[in-house]
Amino acid sequence: MANVFTSIGEWVNERAPNMMPAYRKHMTEYYAPKNFNLWYYFGSLALLVLVNQIVTGIFLTMNYNPSAAGAFASVEYIMRDVEWGWLIRYMHSTGASLFFVVVFLHMFRGIMYGSYKKPRELVWLLGMLIFLVLMAEAFMGYVLPWGNMSFWGAKVIISLFGTIPYIGGDLVEWIMGDFLPADATLNRFFALHVIALPIVLLLLVVLHIAALHEVGSNNPDGVEIKKGPKGNRWDALKPTDGIPFHPYYTVKDLVGVGFFLLIAAFIIFFAPTFGGWFLEHDNFIPANNLATPSHIKPVWYFTPFYAIVRMIPSFLGSAVWGVIAMFGSIAVLFLMPWFDRGKVKSIRYRGTGFKVALGLFVLSFFMLGAVGAGITAEVMPVWFGDIDVTFWENLFGRVMTVIYFGFFAFLWAYTYFGWEKTKPVPERVTTHD
Amino acid sequence: MANEVVDHGRRRFLTATTAVVGGIGIVSAAVPFIKSWEPSARAKAAGAPVTQSLAKIEAGQMLTVSWRSLPVFVLNRTKAQLDTLPMVDSRLVDPKSDGASADQQPKYAQNEGRSIKPEWLVVIGICTHLGCVPDFVPEIKPEPFDPEWKGGFYCPCHKSRYDLAGRVYAGVPAPKNLPVPPYHFIDASTIQIGVDPKEAG
Amino acid sequence: MTKRQLLMKRYIFPVALAFSLIVGSASVQASEEGGLPHAGTNVQDQASLQRGAKLFFNYCVGCHSLKYMRYERIASDLGLTEQDVMQNLNFTGAKFGETVVSHMPEESAAKWFGKAPPDLSLEVRAKGADWVYAYLNSFYLDPSRPVGWNNTVFPNASMPFPLWELQGLQTAEMKPAKAGEDPAVEKLVLSQPGKLTPAQFQQATRDLTSFLEYASEPAALQRHHYGIWVLLFLAFFTLLAAMLKKEYWKDVH
Repeated sequence: MANVFTSIGEWVNERAPNMMPAYRKHMTEYYAPKNFNLWYYFGSLALLVLVNQIVTGIFLTMNYNPSAAGAFASVEYIMRDVEWGWLIRYMHSTGASLFFVVVFLHMFRGIMYGSYKKPRELVWLLGMLIFLVLMAEAFMGYVLPWGNMSFWGAKVIISLFGTIPYIGGDLVEWIMGDFLPADATLNRFFALHVIALPIVLLLLVVLHIAALHEVGSNNPDGVEIKKGPKGNRWDALKPTDGIPFHPYYTVKDLVGVGFFLLIAAFIIFFAPTFGGWFLEHDNFIPANNLATPSHIKPVWYFTPFYAIVRMIPSFLGSAVWGVIAMFGSIAVLFLMPWFDRGKVKSIRYRGTGFKVALGLFVLSFFMLGAVGAGITAEVMPVWFGDIDVTFWENLFGRVMTVIYFGFFAFLWAYTYFGWEKTKPVPERVTTHD
Repeated sequence: MANEVVDHGRRRFLTATTAVVGGIGIVSAAVPFIKSWEPSARAKAAGAPVTQSLAKIEAGQMLTVSWRSLPVFVLNRTKAQLDTLPMVDSRLVDPKSDGASADQQPKYAQNEGRSIKPEWLVVIGICTHLGCVPDFVPEIKPEPFDPEWKGGFYCPCHKSRYDLAGRVYAGVPAPKNLPVPPYHFIDASTIQIGVDPKEAG
Repeated sequence: MTKRQLLMKRYIFPVALAFSLIVGSASVQASEEGGLPHAGTNVQDQASLQRGAKLFFNYCVGCHSLKYMRYERIASDLGLTEQDVMQNLNFTGAKFGETVVSHMPEESAAKWFGKAPPDLSLEVRAKGADWVYAYLNSFYLDPSRPVGWNNTVFPNASMPFPLWELQGLQTAEMKPAKAGEDPAVEKLVLSQPGKLTPAQFQQATRDLTSFLEYASEPAALQRHHYGIWVLLFLAFFTLLAAMLKKEYWKDVH
C-alpha cells in the first residue's frame, strides 16, 4: 500500500515538480509562531465556513428557482419536499451568519495584535477586500428567497446608490433592471451570488493566504519570529519560536473546528432562525411590493453600517452623506495600517490609550448594531419611560458614530505625535498554551 | 527536548482514531446531500398510483393514461382482436414473454395476452427501441409496413411493430415487448396503475 | 503574570462576549413578544397535533390553505393512516400526495372579506406561536365591523370568528375614551358561554396553534430527532481532537 502511494507520488512529481514543494511550503514547512491563542482559530474556521457555503450552495441551486414567481415556493419546496433539503438550507443560512461572526472576530484579532502593520499591510488589504466582497455576496444571497424582507432589503440597499448626485436614479434602475426589485433583479443577483462573486472570493482567499505565507504569521506578542534566533528541532535554519503548521496547527485547528461545529450544529438543529436573527420572521412572508414590513432592518451583520446611514441627516438637499459615511466606515478599516503609526504591534505592550480606544471602538460597533437592529428604539421606552425615542436614539447613534470614526482619528494622533507610552516588547514570544 | 521520548504508538493510535471518526463524520454528512437527489415528495406525489375508470372505454377502443408522466395504453380488446394473438406468434421475437422480454411485465401478466383480464391490455406506450410513442393501428388489413397486419402498435420513428398484446415483431429495431406497468383491478370497471394486486391486498 | 492570570485574561473577554450576546438576544426576544401570553405549544406532542389538525380541517380549511403542506406528510408525521386523513381531514377531494388547498375561490373570498384569506403554511414562523394563540383567543363582537367581529390582537381584522360555537361570544368593555382618541378596549368578557369551558377552549386553541407551528416547519420534528446525535458525535470528535492536539503539542516547548 505504502509503495503504491510512493510510486503515485513519484509519478506526479515527475510531471509537476513544483506541487510537492508547494504543499511543504504552505503546510509542513510553514513555520508559524508557537504562541497562537484562541483568537487564531478564526482564520481556519472562516475557510471551513467558506467550503460549507460553497458545497451547500451548490446543492441549493439544484432545487432553487430564480424567478419572482417561483423563488419563495422553491425555498419551501427545499424545506419540505426535497429529502434533507431543510438541513442543507439551514447549513447555508446558519453558515452565512457564522461566516460574519468568524470574520468579525478574525478582523478584531488583527486589530488587537497589530497584524495589519508592516510587513503585513497587503495581507490586511486583501482581507478587507474579502470582507467587502463577502458583504455583497451575503446581501445578494439574502435577496434570493424573495421573502418580504428580501424584497424590501433589496429595495432599500439598492436605493443607497440612488443618493449619488446626477446619476443616482438611472443607476438604481440599471442595477434593478426594472423600476422596482423584480425578476430581472433576482436573476442577476442569482448569477452574481452563485457564480461571479464566489469566484472572486476564492481568488482573494488564495491571495490572502499566499500573501500571509510570504511574510509569515503575526502572533499575540507581535514579535517577528523571523528576526529572532534560528534553529529548532525540525530545521536548523528556521526560527526557533516557529513550529511547522502541519501537524501542530492542523491538529490544534481540528479542536477549534470541533468546538465550532458543536455551536453550529446546535443552531442548525435546535435554533435555526436564532430567534429571528439568522432567519427573520418577516422573511417567511412572500415578497409584497405593497406592504413594507413594520420593522424594516437589514440582517444583523449589516446593522452597524446601516445605523451609520440612518444617523447622518440629509443636508444640501441630498441624502448622499449617510451613504458616504457608511462606505467611509469600511474605507477607514482599509486604511488601518496608515492610521496607526505605532511601532508596537500587540495590545499586550501598547499604551493604555490604545486599549481604551479599542474598547470604545468595539462598544460603538455593538451599539451601532443595536441601533441599526432597532433594539435601542425598543428598550428606551421600557427603561426610561415616556421619552422622545427618535431624538434620544439619534443622539445616542450619533455619539456612537463619532466614537467609531473617532477611534481612527485618535489612533493616528496618538501614534503620530508620540503620545503612546508603550511597554518593552520581549525579544522572543512568551508562553503558549 | 532530549529528556522526553515521543510515544509513537499513542500518537499513531490517536491519529488513526481521529481520522476514522472524522471520516465517519464526513461520510455521514455526505448522506443527506446524496439523498437530496432522490425523487422529492412532489415528484413522488406526481408519480403516485393513478386510478382509471374503464366504464367509458368501449370494446376496441384505447385510452392513454398518464402515470409518472409516461403514456399508459389501456385497450379494451374485442374477441376478434384476442383471436389474432396466437396467429402472429411465429412472427414475434418472444411470443411467450419468457425470453428477452421476461422482465417486461409483472408475473401476473406473463401470459398470451399479457394482461390480468384477457380483454384489458395495459402497457406503457414507450417503444423499447429509442423511446418514441407507437401509434395504435387496430384494423386488421394490409398496411404499407406489413401486408399481413393483424392490428397492433407501429412506431413511426424506426418502424418497430408490436401486436395487440404489445409483443414485438421479429426483424424490427425494437428488442423487447412493450412493458406492462404494475396495476390491479379495484373493482370490475376500475383499475389502479402503479400498485400490484398483492400490495393492494 | 502567573499562568492562571494569563488564562483568565485570555478567556475572560470571549466568555463575557458570548454571555452578553446570549443575555442580550434573550432579552430582546422577550421584549419582542410584546407581553403576549405564552402559547405553550409543543410540536413533539403528537396527540395535541392530531387534535389541532382536526380543528384546522373542520374550521379553517374552508377559507385558508396550507399550500406547502401535503396530506401524506401530515399523515406520516402525525402518526395517522392514509384512511384517517382521507376520511376525517381531507374534505376537498384532493389526492393523498397533494397539498392542502382551500376550496374557496380567491376572487369571491376577496369580495366577501375585503381581502383573500392568507395561506397559513408559514403563519407561525411569520407571526410567532404566541401571537397566533392570542389572536385566536381575542375575538369579540363588534357591530361596527363589516363581518361583526373585531380582535384586540389584530384590530380591525377582516376575519369572522369561526370558533365562536366553541368559545362562546366575547364582548369588549371599553376604557373611558380620552378626548380626541379612539376608544380602546379595556378587557374582554364572555357574555355567552360556548360548548367548551374557557380552559378547554384555551387547550383547543393551543392544539390548533401547535398544528400550525408544525405546519410552518415540518422539519422541526426531524431536527430535534437527529440533532442530539449530531451533537453527541461532535462532542466525541472534539474530545479526540483535543487528545490528539495534546499529544502532538508535547513536542512544543
